[in-house]
Amino acid sequence: MTTVQNWLLDDSPNSKIQANLGNSYRMFRALMRNPLAVVGGVIILTLVLAAIFAPWIAPQTPLGQDLGARLLPPSAAHWMGTDELGRDIFSRVVYGARITLMIVALVAIISAPLGLLIGAVAGYFGGWIDKILMGITDVFLSMPKLILALAFVAALGPGIENAIIAIAITSWPAYARIARAETMTFRNSEFISATRLLGGSHTRIIVRHVLPLCTSSMIVRVTLDMAGIILTAAGLGFLGLGAQPPLPEWGAMISRGRTFILDQWWVATMPGFAIILVSLGFCFLGDGLRDVLDPKQGGKS
Amino acid sequence: MSAPLLEVENLRVSFPTPAGRVDVVKGLSFTLGRERLGIVGESGSGKSMTGRAILRLIRSPGRQSADRLVFDGIDLQAQSERGMRKLRGARISMIMQDPKFSLNPVMTVGDQIAEALKTHESLARKDVGARVLEMLHSVRINDPERVIGLYPHEVSGGMGQRIMIAMMLIPQPDLLIADEPTSALDVSVQAQVLDLIDELVREKGMGLILISHDLNLVARYCDRILVMHAGQVVESCAAADLYQATHPYTRGLLAAVPKMEETRDELPVLDRSEWSGT
Amino acid sequence: MSTNTSKTHRVKAILSAIGGFVIVTLLTFVGLMAITFFIGRVIPIDPVLSVVGDRATQEQYDAAKIAMGLDRSLMVQFIAYVGDVFQGDLGRSVSTNRSVASDLARVFPATLEMATLGIAIGVGLGVPLGVWAAARKGTWIDQIIRVFALLGYSVPAFWLGLVGLVVFYATLDWVAGPGRVDIFYEGLVEPRTGLMLVDAALAGDWQVFWNALDHLILPAAILGFFSLAYIARMTRSFMLDQLGQEYITTARVKGVSEWRVIWVHGFRPIRVPLITVIGLSYAALLEGSVMIETVFSWPGIGNYLTVALLNADMNAVLGSTLVIGAVFILINKLSDVLYRILDPRSR
Repeated sequence: MTTVQNWLLDDSPNSKIQANLGNSYRMFRALMRNPLAVVGGVIILTLVLAAIFAPWIAPQTPLGQDLGARLLPPSAAHWMGTDELGRDIFSRVVYGARITLMIVALVAIISAPLGLLIGAVAGYFGGWIDKILMGITDVFLSMPKLILALAFVAALGPGIENAIIAIAITSWPAYARIARAETMTFRNSEFISATRLLGGSHTRIIVRHVLPLCTSSMIVRVTLDMAGIILTAAGLGFLGLGAQPPLPEWGAMISRGRTFILDQWWVATMPGFAIILVSLGFCFLGDGLRDVLDPKQGGKS
Repeated sequence: MSAPLLEVENLRVSFPTPAGRVDVVKGLSFTLGRERLGIVGESGSGKSMTGRAILRLIRSPGRQSADRLVFDGIDLQAQSERGMRKLRGARISMIMQDPKFSLNPVMTVGDQIAEALKTHESLARKDVGARVLEMLHSVRINDPERVIGLYPHEVSGGMGQRIMIAMMLIPQPDLLIADEPTSALDVSVQAQVLDLIDELVREKGMGLILISHDLNLVARYCDRILVMHAGQVVESCAAADLYQATHPYTRGLLAAVPKMEETRDELPVLDRSEWSGT
Repeated sequence: MSTNTSKTHRVKAILSAIGGFVIVTLLTFVGLMAITFFIGRVIPIDPVLSVVGDRATQEQYDAAKIAMGLDRSLMVQFIAYVGDVFQGDLGRSVSTNRSVASDLARVFPATLEMATLGIAIGVGLGVPLGVWAAARKGTWIDQIIRVFALLGYSVPAFWLGLVGLVVFYATLDWVAGPGRVDIFYEGLVEPRTGLMLVDAALAGDWQVFWNALDHLILPAAILGFFSLAYIARMTRSFMLDQLGQEYITTARVKGVSEWRVIWVHGFRPIRVPLITVIGLSYAALLEGSVMIETVFSWPGIGNYLTVALLNADMNAVLGSTLVIGAVFILINKLSDVLYRILDPRSR
């Protein structure tokens, strides 16, 4: 164990792999010293495991109705009670992890690379390309995100795919800003000119050198944004514009439970706890990651 | 010499690092009368932390301790935070390094000087104003009426440092700590500022601790010199005897000072092997 | 530098800041209109249908198609659209059958009233909490405030609204339920400003006033919680930045009390950046009110928007989006320009 650790923490690594692994290990150790970040990591890990192993974890199927067991309060048989169709809420919450995970993953996969590319291109080339791209970015940035997402879904039609597209369209500008700022700091540095002199094309420089240097601040930002994405998606679900019944999406579940809120409080409240827990997990992890990867940014959003 | 103004025995200051707590000041001891003491050392030798520790201004997570830290018969370590605040400024004051950072950017110069006075004395508003103007005069600011209304970014570095001196001397302290008071200034105004400090300190019979990395400067303005290295005092001597110093570190520092009349191709590099490990 | 030239300098700086503000804001407005135009006319496969609704007759459909000028090129359509918007013409709503502009003028004050009380709560609690957390950095107080603030980023507004209703209205009965006033108080005071509290006070009808406040306090407090979270976090981070500065040590060297160190030397310099933060969170509250209004049946712009969404009433949706977006942009840019004018370092 100690030899592995020594190898990882070697001040003069012998290979690129050793250096990279060493860096990751150092970051991991720094992250482990932050109790909130550890809590966040555990929550996210639980979410992923719940999504993968949902059929084994959930005691019942998420869609199986049992009209004889309608609106039962939480008990040993139904940990979170049952809803108006007699479905086990706990099972639905567990399956809902799949939907939530899919939404955040897809939004991140669409918006982060888009923003990264736009920002890096703007920052790298500068001049009028920068002006135009950043002008568009600024217009999007000064819009209310939720309202814009609502309007997009209204035009595209309700549904989970459209909700994902709408959220992605409203989240990329923040990433473009970060990527541009990051690119500007090393645009004129010597290693970039060296690569140019060696005949590297613009595309190659952007893809091989500029983009990788932006990734750590992007990871921090995306993690911090996850909570907002989850809340927006749940909000769309709540308004009936996101995931459609009978999908066990948490926001839509709260919306259904609203009718029974005064007498059967658990129907609406339980999915809410899941949303809070997962969002909080991403916030904790993002905060911790920022302290490790981006210390100069500490505390600012 | 009567009872000493300041006694420091085995002063330690430590900061946490990922590898555990590290002492930046390791068992420093000295006594000071109403005299001018110079503390020299390279950056990172713990000299600045010594100045702050005397005022008990080492902020968490830093920690300080000493066997004895007595100022004018007052045990500083036994003072409450409130007790320390009564001493700070009023009896022990400190001139900070760079006026660009050590003056509050959104408060006028006059307000900042007046605050130092009002914290310790209750005076009528017009008496405060008069004292501030008088103090600015004595630090050779020609048109104090205009200067009191300025913000720090509107004054030059040399003037900023004279404002700093005015602010720190206006409550008439007994001990002045000057922490690299001129290292952020242009060479042309360094001597003016130091001459001013020197004159005011002598005039009021204060004690002075001049912290600097510059051997010559300290030798010129001080009576006695402590040479610090890696948190410890390696040499203590009268300023006049500095050039007979025996410790290899001091000798190394002296050798590295360029002289007007010589023609050396290359300044010697400190050979740390001679004393490291001691 | 004489005081005189520095004054003209300052006037020039302020003028250029205001000029920049006007240009940037106008450009952003045009950008906003481009987006709403795109959403309304380009994305839908049949924009006419999305405006008249699927219950429209063929005559209504044809009339709308010509009225919308869909036979013209996109660019011409856009310019016509911008012209309409600047004249205050946002089209008709199919669900209320009134002009969207007049609908919005009617519902907006309700949202404004809730958001304003919300921001007051958020600033009143958020700023002191943030300063407190910074002053006690690393202690359990700091941690608790941090978690509390992060909750503001993690709790769905609509869920908190529902839970708030169950706890404070249905169970504890501390506050009144959904709506702006109890039914039998409705229509008692003349809507002069549209702000219920102000109207009731103007009419001298204190019974309505207290009833309205009773209804307003819970949704406003919930909205306020979200701005509190953001404001407290930003205040903490600004304060930490300040408290690490050299001049804070200078103040301590002078023997200044800790209270003065924090509130005078630490806090004063951050008042200006805080204005920007407060402006941003006020704008965010207008947005956040969409969810809260739905839960509390609050007859504001958020409620209007969600009803329009469910009815696929596209003119109403886009009109609301435009108005909320415009207010959002205006507050956003205004706090920007205020920052530039007020910061003494720019003098």
